[in-house]
Amino acid sequence: MATAEVATHHDDTRHHDEGFVKKYLWSTDHKIICFQYMITGIAMALIGGFFAYAFRMQLAFPGMEVPLWGVVTPGDYNALVTNHGTIMIFWVAMPVLIAAFGNYLIPLMIGCDDMVFPKINRLSYQIFLLSALVLISSFFVEGGAFAGAWTAYPPLSSTAEYSLTPLGSSIWLIAVALEFIAFLLGGINFITTAMNSRAPGMKLYDVPVIVWFIVIASLLFMASVGPLVAGAIMLLFDQNLGTGFFDPTRGGDPVLWQHLFWFFGHPEVYVVLLPAIGISAEIITVFARKKLFAYRTVLNTAIATGVLSFTVWAHHQFVSGIDPRMAHVFTISTLLISVPIAEMVFVYIATLYGGSITLNTPMLWALAFIGEFLIGGVTGIFLGASGSDIYFHDTYFVLAHFHYTFFPIAIIGTFAGITYWWPKMTGKMMNDTLGKIHFWGTIIPFNFIFIPLFVLGLAGQHRRIYNYENFPDLALDWMFDLRIMATVALLVMIAFQVVFFVNVFVSLRNGKKAGNNPWKANTLEWVAPSPPGHGNFEELPTVYRGPYEYSHPDREEDYWPQNEPA
Amino acid sequence: MRPIANTRSAAGIPTGRLAVWWVLASEIVIFGGILASYIMFRLSHGIWADYAANTNTMIGATNTFVLLTSSLAAVAAHAAAERGDGKLAARRLVYTILGGGIFLCIKSYEWYTEITHGFTISANGFWAFYYTAAGVHASHVIAGMILMAFVAKDAAKNAELHRVELVGIYWHFVDVVWIFLFPLLYIAK
Ligand code: HEM
Ligand SMILES: [Cu+2]
Repeated sequence: MATAEVATHHDDTRHHDEGFVKKYLWSTDHKIICFQYMITGIAMALIGGFFAYAFRMQLAFPGMEVPLWGVVTPGDYNALVTNHGTIMIFWVAMPVLIAAFGNYLIPLMIGCDDMVFPKINRLSYQIFLLSALVLISSFFVEGGAFAGAWTAYPPLSSTAEYSLTPLGSSIWLIAVALEFIAFLLGGINFITTAMNSRAPGMKLYDVPVIVWFIVIASLLFMASVGPLVAGAIMLLFDQNLGTGFFDPTRGGDPVLWQHLFWFFGHPEVYVVLLPAIGISAEIITVFARKKLFAYRTVLNTAIATGVLSFTVWAHHQFVSGIDPRMAHVFTISTLLISVPIAEMVFVYIATLYGGSITLNTPMLWALAFIGEFLIGGVTGIFLGASGSDIYFHDTYFVLAHFHYTFFPIAIIGTFAGITYWWPKMTGKMMNDTLGKIHFWGTIIPFNFIFIPLFVLGLAGQHRRIYNYENFPDLALDWMFDLRIMATVALLVMIAFQVVFFVNVFVSLRNGKKAGNNPWKANTLEWVAPSPPGHGNFEELPTVYRGPYEYSHPDREEDYWPQNEPA
Repeated sequence: MRPIANTRSAAGIPTGRLAVWWVLASEIVIFGGILASYIMFRLSHGIWADYAANTNTMIGATNTFVLLTSSLAAVAAHAAAERGDGKLAARRLVYTILGGGIFLCIKSYEWYTEITHGFTISANGFWAFYYTAAGVHASHVIAGMILMAFVAKDAAKNAELHRVELVGIYWHFVDVVWIFLFPLLYIAK
């Protein structure tokens, strides 16, 4: 039956020579759309990273000319910080983790030839690209780019009088809105494809964790972003039509924005977390050669996390004057959500336990993900408890905490995914030694950037201050030493990224041929040729078992592909 | 050429219908955000009831009637499409589009009179919500009309008849949103 399906399918365009534009820019192939998202996301990461470089230089060496930028003025500083945060979350983590990996993996891992709506898929990327261009354009308008922090709290964001960016703030908002539309369109594709287009025989519990997690993440995004879209419309009207939704002098309420923003903003953390933690699940079972421990529990946990994530948003508002009784409720729900997350980490450790572990580059990234994310999670407990958060709020402790969650998600998760699926995507192996050099050259400096920031935060260093020389308590020598340490570590880390690009280049040029299944993995994408052509599989697979049957006692081989009849 | 992905149905529901429901789910939370904010304000600002007294319930009721009737035409179009009568389905979709057009004309007249009486979007919080909520709704009416025009064009040639149902589901949603807006903005005074 499967062969018959393919015969009707691969009739025409497959072997035709399509022009460059049709093949790479105007394609509806989910794999090409993955690359488009991936490349755009990495380009935006370079921009967002460059911003981090510019303002970290300012923090370490106040007032100095920063090479490639010049003197960072207070206005520059705010615009850089704001757009760094915005870009890293919306134009790096989202497109790379959800859109790129989701596009690549969902059809391949459920054993079909494309997304259910290929044209909507293409449209979603095009709108995303437009949103990125709109955002970048805000740097070139009168008054410059938006400078009111990525959370865009009014009144700072709602009137040009305070934000000093008459156009930048509206352009920023429109860019974010376009980005949301792109992801809503993309998400509908992901959810319906995974629901409806699974290979014959593939039951819900035969679907790999990463696909489940991307689908749950898309659902979370869809359910949480609506109120923020509503808020964005109101904010846009406050900026341009003279309404006062968030202006207390006109009957509005700035805290309303905080509710609308964080009702989205907290689930958003799980939207980007789930794909990353899913990538590391796939890698850990393969390179431990063991069945993923408690597969069903992991899925239920992820769903529980998703549901709970809607009940915690006001932990961002403990100092916004909410009722202390409310603060208790949100403290409890926040501490509760650490239970399913911690459970996931335990599941991974249990999977590793007793496995025959291969420590190659993808595995190193996957393990580092867990270790570093753990630090983020544990420090989050201090911030989830209203009593301690009132002290920590808006210090560098918070900043270090959320970078210990976002860096593993956005950077470690991405490198784990790229290095693991690279042989499938390109047909070539990457160099493992270069990969390891890049790994250590990223992980070690990363900790040297952010551990000092925990210390500075505990010493009272406030976020979003441009020059600490003006505050005698924060201008101590040892504090400057730590700031310099963090900044130098960043420079080292940036320098090591060159190794990654060298590895990419060398691999594409001279890499060893990968073959279909170099890691001896079970999931369906490894059945397809490397790289898969248009239509993915030579013969569409039928599924006989779950994705994690490694080292099965009755078999000689230590793996058992999902499509192999018993 | 359509991918195989498009013809499979592991969940047993046609893919198009699934997708429309997901679109609506994401739309519900957008309107939910606006309406929840509005209700919170309404509850804590007693004076908004006085502002709301300036809306014209008669016009609102007429428009509700128009929109409901247009939904009826969409149901009839779906029935015709089920029977495979694309021509009739297309004609009935045109009636639905006309209903949307009448709705928008009445709405424009209503807004025109209100604005000339000084009730502009920046007059106060109530009017800000009034224009924002109804405006976002109206933009959905326009989007629905455009979509329906495309579907009707195909349906007239007996092509893509399943889309008649899908665009109908969307139109009913637009209708239901109005059913919420009408009491909240017009009746509660
Ligand atoms: C390793 C490279 C990075 C460095 C050195 C860095 C550094 C910083 C610093 C110092 C700030 C705060 C500046 C201030 O408040 O005055 C900041 C803000 C922020 N960063 Fe990063 N960051 C890095 C990577 C990332 C990544 C990967 C993400 C997310 C995926 C991210 C997300 C954010 C967000 C959301 C903010 C808050 C922006 C705001 O308050 O408006 N950063 N970063
Ligand atoms: Cu949160």
